[in-house]
Amino acid sequence: MALKIVKGSIDRMFDKNLQDLVRGIRNHKEDEAKYISTCIDEIKQELKQDNIAVKANAVCKLTYLQMLGYDVSWAAFNIVEVMSSSKFTYKRIGYLAASQCFHESTDVIMLTTNQIRKDLSSPNQYDTGVALTGLSCFVTPDLARDLANDIMTLMSHTKPYIRKKAVLIMYKVFLKYPESLRPAFPRLKEKLEDPDPGVQSAAVNVICELARRNPKNYLSLAPLFFKLMTSSTNNWVLIKIIKLFGALTPLEPRLGKKLIEPLTNLIHRIYLFFSQILHHLSAITLVCFSWLIAFLFFITVLISLSSGMPNHSASIQLCVQKLRILIEDSDQNLKYLGLLAMSKILKTHPKSVQSHKDLILQCLDDKDESIRLRALDLLYGMVSKKNLMEIVKKLMLHVDKAEGTTYRDELLTKIIDICSQSNYQYITNFEWYISILVELTRLEGTRHGHLIASQMLDVAIRVKAIRVFAVAQMATLLDNAHMLTGNTQRNGICEVLYAAAWICGEFSEHLENPMETLEAMLRPKVATLPGHIQAVYVQNAAKLFATVLKSQEGNTDSTTAQEASQLMIDRLPLFVQSANLEVQERASCILQLVKYIQKLQQKDVEVSEEVCALFAGELNPVAPKAQKKVPIPDGLDLDAWINEPPSESESEDEQPKAIFSKEEPKHSRPRHTEVDEKELARRREARKQEQANNPFYIKASPSSQKVYQETPGVEHIPVVQIDLSVPLKVPGLPMSDQYVKLEEERRQKERAEKKKKDKKKRKEKRSGRGKKHDSGPESEEDITPAHMVDIVTEEMPENALPSDDDERDPADPHKALDIDLDKPLADSEKLPVRSHRAAEVLKSPAEDEEGENVSSLEPKKKSSKEKREKKKDKDKDRKVKMLFESGLSEAKSSKHKKKKQKREKEDKEKKKKKKHHHHHHHHGDKGGEESVQNGTVEEEEPLPAYDIQGNLQDGSQVVVSVIFENKCDSFLKSMEFNVLDSLNSKLQRPEGSGPHDSLTIPFQLPPGVSNEARFVFTVQSIIMPQKLKGTLTFIVKNEESSTHEKLDFKLHFTCTSYLITTPCYSDAFAKLLESGDLKSSSIRLEGVNMPFHHLLARICFHHHFSVVERIDSCASMYSRSIQGHHVCLLVKISSQTVSVDAKCDEPTLLGNVLDEIKQTFSQC
Amino acid sequence: MIKAILIFNNHGKPRLIRFYQYFAEDMQQQIIRETFHLVSKRDDNVCNFLEGGSLIGGSDYKLIYRHYATLYFVFCVDSSESELGILDLIQVFVETLDKCFENVCELDLIFHMDKVHYILQEVVMGGMVLETNMNEIIAQVEVQNRLEKSEVRPFLSSSKSFPLIYVFGFSQVSAIKYSLSVL
Repeated sequence: MALKIVKGSIDRMFDKNLQDLVRGIRNHKEDEAKYISTCIDEIKQELKQDNIAVKANAVCKLTYLQMLGYDVSWAAFNIVEVMSSSKFTYKRIGYLAASQCFHESTDVIMLTTNQIRKDLSSPNQYDTGVALTGLSCFVTPDLARDLANDIMTLMSHTKPYIRKKAVLIMYKVFLKYPESLRPAFPRLKEKLEDPDPGVQSAAVNVICELARRNPKNYLSLAPLFFKLMTSSTNNWVLIKIIKLFGALTPLEPRLGKKLIEPLTNLIHRIYLFFSQILHHLSAITLVCFSWLIAFLFFITVLISLSSGMPNHSASIQLCVQKLRILIEDSDQNLKYLGLLAMSKILKTHPKSVQSHKDLILQCLDDKDESIRLRALDLLYGMVSKKNLMEIVKKLMLHVDKAEGTTYRDELLTKIIDICSQSNYQYITNFEWYISILVELTRLEGTRHGHLIASQMLDVAIRVKAIRVFAVAQMATLLDNAHMLTGNTQRNGICEVLYAAAWICGEFSEHLENPMETLEAMLRPKVATLPGHIQAVYVQNAAKLFATVLKSQEGNTDSTTAQEASQLMIDRLPLFVQSANLEVQERASCILQLVKYIQKLQQKDVEVSEEVCALFAGELNPVAPKAQKKVPIPDGLDLDAWINEPPSESESEDEQPKAIFSKEEPKHSRPRHTEVDEKELARRREARKQEQANNPFYIKASPSSQKVYQETPGVEHIPVVQIDLSVPLKVPGLPMSDQYVKLEEERRQKERAEKKKKDKKKRKEKRSGRGKKHDSGPESEEDITPAHMVDIVTEEMPENALPSDDDERDPADPHKALDIDLDKPLADSEKLPVRSHRAAEVLKSPAEDEEGENVSSLEPKKKSSKEKREKKKDKDKDRKVKMLFESGLSEAKSSKHKKKKQKREKEDKEKKKKKKHHHHHHHHGDKGGEESVQNGTVEEEEPLPAYDIQGNLQDGSQVVVSVIFENKCDSFLKSMEFNVLDSLNSKLQRPEGSGPHDSLTIPFQLPPGVSNEARFVFTVQSIIMPQKLKGTLTFIVKNEESSTHEKLDFKLHFTCTSYLITTPCYSDAFAKLLESGDLKSSSIRLEGVNMPFHHLLARICFHHHFSVVERIDSCASMYSRSIQGHHVCLLVKISSQTVSVDAKCDEPTLLGNVLDEIKQTFSQC
Repeated sequence: MIKAILIFNNHGKPRLIRFYQYFAEDMQQQIIRETFHLVSKRDDNVCNFLEGGSLIGGSDYKLIYRHYATLYFVFCVDSSESELGILDLIQVFVETLDKCFENVCELDLIFHMDKVHYILQEVVMGGMVLETNMNEIIAQVEVQNRLEKSEVRPFLSSSKSFPLIYVFGFSQVSAIKYSLSVL
C-alpha cells in the first residue's frame, strides 16, 4: 500500500506539467506533430488515473493543445470530472477547459447541471464565480432553463463579485431561454441601482445589449437611465447609456430635448476619459484634443437631435464641419472615428454630408485600408443623380491603382452597389452603366464575375431602351472572349460570358451581325469554359440561328441560311462530346434539330417561322418575394385537412370535405374572408395607381407588348432625343469616360433649352422678376434621364399583399427577446425550479429531469418544493429564509410552515388545520411543521421542513411533505413518524395497523444528508385551521454507541393551505358576486409600507389567490378551496392603509383566511 | 458584445485564444490565420480599427487591435462596443498582465496560458465587459491565486523541489525577458 503511494508520487513527479509540455513543443520544432501525438498518448494515460491532481494537470495541457488547434472533445467527460473536484484549483482548470471546448452539441453538458448548481450555491464565492464564468461560455437552452432560477438568486448575493457576474450571465440566459426575461427583468432593473458600481455597470451592459435589438420595449426605462447618466461616474456606463439613448431617441423625440443639457455636462468627463486613451496611442497635440471635445459634443448632440426635428439642420451642419476637421487630422484613429460618425449623420441628414464629397474622395487615397473602406461606405450614401458619374469615375481610377485583390474586389462590389442602389435610382444614362460594367470585366482575377454578370442581365432585361446598346456590347465581349478567359486558373470573370451569351441570344433581333456572333459563340475555345456557361452558349447559339434564318426569310438567295446551318452542324459535335451532361444533352438535341432543318432547307421549305416559334415569348423579371406574396384565394384553408384526419372513430361514412369547401370562413385568416369582387377590383386599381405614380416602378403595359409606354408619372419628364448626343455604337471596348463628357454636354444643352423655354414662358407671362432664375446649381429634379428609363418592375402576383418585407431573420436569437416588459407578470410566468421527482407527477418534463439528486445538493434544508416556490421571484428570498429558520430554531412554539399550491403563489403562515381534500399523489401541499419542543439533542436531529398542498381532485386528503436533514455527525436510522390524530384530521396508516401506530420512514440518513418523506392525512372540515402534535423517534448511531432519540413537533394546518389558486375571469367573478350567496367580511391593515403590486403579489403568493382585475389602487382577487368554496377579495390601498373586503360562501373559513392574511402582513 | 479575443505573436503563433461563440478547432485556426494576415500587414502608424475578416464576422463586426512589441492583442467586437472603449480595455488588460507577471513578456504568456486566461476571465465574461478597474481585477486574481496556493502547494512544491531540469541536466529556462516596450 505504502509502496503504491510512493510509486504513484514518483510517477507523478515525472508527469509533464503545462510548462514542460510547452517547453517540449518548442524543442521539437521540426517534428512538432509527432511530439504532440506522443504527448496526447501520455495525457490519455494520465486521464485514466484516479488521482484528480493528475487528471487536472492533463486537462490543463489539453487546454493548451486546444489552442494549437487540436480537437480535445474526446476528453469532455474527464473535463467534467475535473470540474466536479472539490478543490478550487482543479475546478478552475476544469471550467477553463470546458469553456474553451464545450458547445451546444457537447453531450456531456447534460451531466453538468447538478454540478454547476452545486457550485453556484457553494459557500466559497470563487467556486461560484468560476462556475458562472464557465457557464457563460457554454450555456445551452437546457442549462439556461434549469439554472435560470439559481442564477437569479445569485443576483442578490451578498458579494458584489458574484452579483455582477450573475447579472452579466443573465443576458446569455435570456438568449437561450427567452421565457426567463420577464420574470427576471424586475430584479435586473433593481440592479441598475445597486450600490456597487461594478454590478451597476453589468446591469447597464445587459440592458443596453437587450435594448439595442428591441429598443421600444425599454423606453419606460429612460427616466432611470437619465438619472444614472447624470449621477454615474463610471465612463463605461456613460458610454453605454449614451449609446442606448441613441437607440431610444428616434422612438421618443421628446427625450432628445431633455438630453441636451446633461450631455453637455458630460462632455468634459468623457473628454478626460478619451484623452487618457489617446494619450497611450500616439502623441496628439492639444489642438487635437479640443477638436476631440468638439467631436464628442457634436456627436452626443447629434444623437439627441437626430430624431426628426427638421429645424436643427444648422447645428448638424456645424457638427459635420467639426467632423471634417477631425477627419483631416493626422491621427488615424480620429480620422476613422470621424468617418464613422459621418456615416451616422448621413443616415439622417444626407444633404449635409454630401457637400464634403471632396474630403471623402480624398480619404480614398489614404494609405490605411480601414479608412478607405469607411470612405467607400460613406460614398454609397452620398451619390445623387448629379454626382454619380463623377464618383464612379474616381472609383474606377482607384480600381486600376489598387494593389491586392481584396481591396479591389471591395471597390468593385461598392461600385455596383452604388450604381444599383434603390432600383438604379441615380442612373440617368444606362449606356454609361453598361460601359462601366464592361470595363470592370477587364479586372483580372476578381471573384465577382457573377455579380457583374447578374447586373448585366438585370439591366438588359429591365431597361428595354438599352437592349440595342447592350447587345452590341455583349457581342463585342463574346468576340473578345479570349481576353477574359486567358487565365483559366482564376477566371471568376468568365462568368460575364454567361450573361453576354444569354443577352445576345435572347435579344438577338437587335444584333448588327448575328452571323458573326454565332461564329464567335461556336469557337472551339468555348469548350474550355465551365459547363454551365457552355450550356448557355449552346442554347443561345440555337436562338441566334433562329434569328439568322428569320432575317434571311424571303431572301431568294438562301446561301447565308445554309451557311448558318452548316456552321452549326460543323461545330456542335464538339459540345455533344462534352463531359457536362447539360451541355451534351442540349447540344445533341439542337444538332439533330439543325440537321433536320438543313434537310428542309435543301428542299426549299420555309422553316424560319417554325424555328422562331421555338423561342417565342418574353421573359419577365419576377420579384424574389413574389411567390410568398401570392394571396391565398378566398375559401382556401391551407390548414384544413384534405382527407378526414385519422380519428379514433373510424366513421367512414362521413363525407370527405372538399378542399375549397365554401361553408367555413376561417377565423385564422380574417383578412381574406369576405373580400368581395368589388373590393378586390378596388385594391387592384389602387395598387396600379400607386405604381404608376412612382416613376421608377413603371409597369410594363398589361399586354406585355414591347411598347415604350409613357405612364402618367413620367409624362412631365422631357424625353431627350437619344441619337443626338450619344453614339449608339461605340467601336471596340467602350470607355465610360466618354459618357461623362457627353452627359455633361447633354445636360448643358438641356439646361439651355429649358432656359429658353422658361424665357419664352416668362416673356409670355410678362412677369417682372425673371432674374433670379437659373443662376443656382442645378437641382436634382433638373436632371433628366438620357433615355426614357423604362425600368420594368419585377413582377408581383396580382393582389400581392403590400406587407412588410423586412422581416428579421427568423434565426436571430434577439427576435425571441422582443417581449413586452411592462406588462405585469402573469401567474404562469415563473422560472422552473427543480423539485423531487416523486412530487412531480404532473409537472412538466423540464422540471422533472433533475429531480433526483436534489437532496445531496441541498445546502440547507429546504424542501424541494420550496425551491419551486423560488420562482415567484418577489418573495422567494424571504421564504427561503423563513424555512431555514424553521429548521434551525428551537423555538418551542409552533413554527412556520409553508404550503404551496399547485402552481401558484403560496403563503406561508401559521395555519390551523382543518379539512382536507387532497389527493395523494398530487403534490398535496400542506405544511407540517415541526417544532423542536424539547430542545434536547438539537444539533443531532434531522430538522424537518414541510410543505402542504391541497388538490381539487380529492377533497378529503392532504399530503404533507417533510424534508429531513441530518445536521449532526452521526448516522440516523430507524426513524419513525407519529402524529396524534384529532377528530378532524387523521394520519393515514397502512391497513392493519392501529390508530396510534407510528409510520416507519423508509430511509436512513448519513451525516449531512437530507431526504423527503410524505404523509397523507385525511381531513374532514377545512374551515378551521388546526395543529397536530407529533413525535419523531430515531436512533443516532456513531462509532462508539448508538442512542435512541425523540423529537416532538407540531404540524400546523392553516386555512389558506386549503385554498388553491384558480384563475377567474372578471365576468364570471362579477356573476359570482351578484349571486348573493356569499357572506361578506372585511379587515383593515394599517401601516403597510409597500407598493401595491408587491402587496398583491404577496397575497397571491402566500394565500393562493389570483388577481382578477386591477384598476389603479384597487384590485379584485379570487381563490377557491379544495372543497369548492369561493373566496373573493376586494383590496384597496390608500396611503398606508389597506382595506380588504372579502366574500365567501363559508363565513368561518373566510374569517380564518382573513386572520391569516393579517398575520402575514403583521410579520413584515 | 465581444466575439473573440486573440493574442498572437509577430509570426501568427497563437498565445491565447478565447472565442465567445462556438467555432470548431480548425475554423478557429483559420480565423487566427486570417486575422493575423489582416493585422500583420498594417503599418504601425495606421488606425487600430479594422473591418472584420470574412470568417469571423460580417459587416457588424470590427477588429480592434493593439500591437505591443512581439504580440498582437486583437478583440473582435460588434457595433455595440465603443471603439475607444475597447482600446482602453486592451490597455487595462495588458497593464494588468504586466502587474501580475511583473514585466510581462511573451514568454510569460507562452508558459502560463492558463494564468492569462484566469486574468482575462476577470475582465471579460461571456463576451461582455465584466470589470474595467485594474485594481479590482488584480485584487480578485490575487485572492484566487492565494486560494490556489493554499490548496495545492504541498503537492506542487514537492514536485518543484526536484525540477525536471536537474533530473535531465539541462535547462531551457534561459529565457531573457524583454518586456513590452510600450509599457
